[in-house]
Amino acid sequence: MRRSMLFLPGNTPNMLINGSHLGSDALIFDLEDAVSPAEKDSARILVRNTLKYMDLVGCETIVRINSIDTDYWKKDLDAIIPQKPNLIMLPKTNFAQDAKTADEYITEVEQRCGMEVGTVKLMPLIETALGVENSFAIATSCKRVAAIFLGAEDLTADLRCKRTKGGAEINYARTRLVMAARAANIDVYDTPFTDVNDDEGIRIDAEYAKALGFTGKASISPRHVDVINEVFSPTMQEIDYAYEVMEAIRIAKEQGRGVISLRNKMIDAPIVARAEQTIAMARELGIRRD
Amino acid sequence: MSDIIKRASAGTMESSDAYVEISPADKGLEISLDSVVQQQFGEAIEKVVLEVLTDCGVQNAKVNVIDKGALDCVIRARVETAVMRGRGE
Repeated sequence: MRRSMLFLPGNTPNMLINGSHLGSDALIFDLEDAVSPAEKDSARILVRNTLKYMDLVGCETIVRINSIDTDYWKKDLDAIIPQKPNLIMLPKTNFAQDAKTADEYITEVEQRCGMEVGTVKLMPLIETALGVENSFAIATSCKRVAAIFLGAEDLTADLRCKRTKGGAEINYARTRLVMAARAANIDVYDTPFTDVNDDEGIRIDAEYAKALGFTGKASISPRHVDVINEVFSPTMQEIDYAYEVMEAIRIAKEQGRGVISLRNKMIDAPIVARAEQTIAMARELGIRRD
Repeated sequence: MSDIIKRASAGTMESSDAYVEISPADKGLEISLDSVVQQQFGEAIEKVVLEVLTDCGVQNAKVNVIDKGALDCVIRARVETAVMRGRGE
């Protein structure tokens, strides 16, 4: 379960070692934008050691490596893959071939380390107009791709427009990525909300992302994590309804009825599927229904 | 394993970090440590530094560590980075 994903700068020990206490479902150790070229080597070793020695129980681990048009990405993977992070985030993924190139090299490193091929999943970061237009091809480029992620800062620069709180300029990209990911049956994550001090804004933005179908949302600030977790968790009303749906299904089966209704609405397969997802998530979150 | 060929450093003086400076030497390893937790953990930190230098195959070097309360994994990372930089890698 990944509702929230918190970016941590890869060369800042203070944040790396405290990351797992900030409530985020996943931590993104950043070797790319948050690290200056002169410190790439230093950050790579520090993140490797953090994954190797730190107890990050309860957090999924994601490492944003440098893009495949740099001299760093293979060194990043050489150092990071043996530590078995859950996911590698591949920035500036423009084509399916970019993800395939990363996949091939990850496979090489996994084999070299005696790991099962496919252990570490891939999450392409789509942050250009070209990437958005190729999103379904990227999402289905290889089995290793488990999710795609929208990066709105670079995207709006590429679109030559201003990033706004309302987000009208990224609406197409958001819906396009959700559609591509769901068609490919993988997860999809929304871009961070960048105003760290706007508590109302993050809630509105996260609720909108959830309404569009995103699995979760990334954050650049620990302050946003709780709101994101809350928004992307099922409410008690949703959980109650899900249990009612499953109960109605059970009773109808007992009575041999084919058509089932609840609260004057027909219960069909998609509603049952959603109820099952809600109950599974509630169980994972440890939410009990008395 | 090549020797340290130039003076190099890694890390910062920020809290939870360590600043490590390494330079070429003629005979053996010379480690000096200045730590905010010198009394409690000085010996343990020096041991970690020595362990990393040994693992990296460094036989001759002067190493100066200024520790600002870094965890073992951070000290290990900073020493290793300084060694790589000192070798010109």
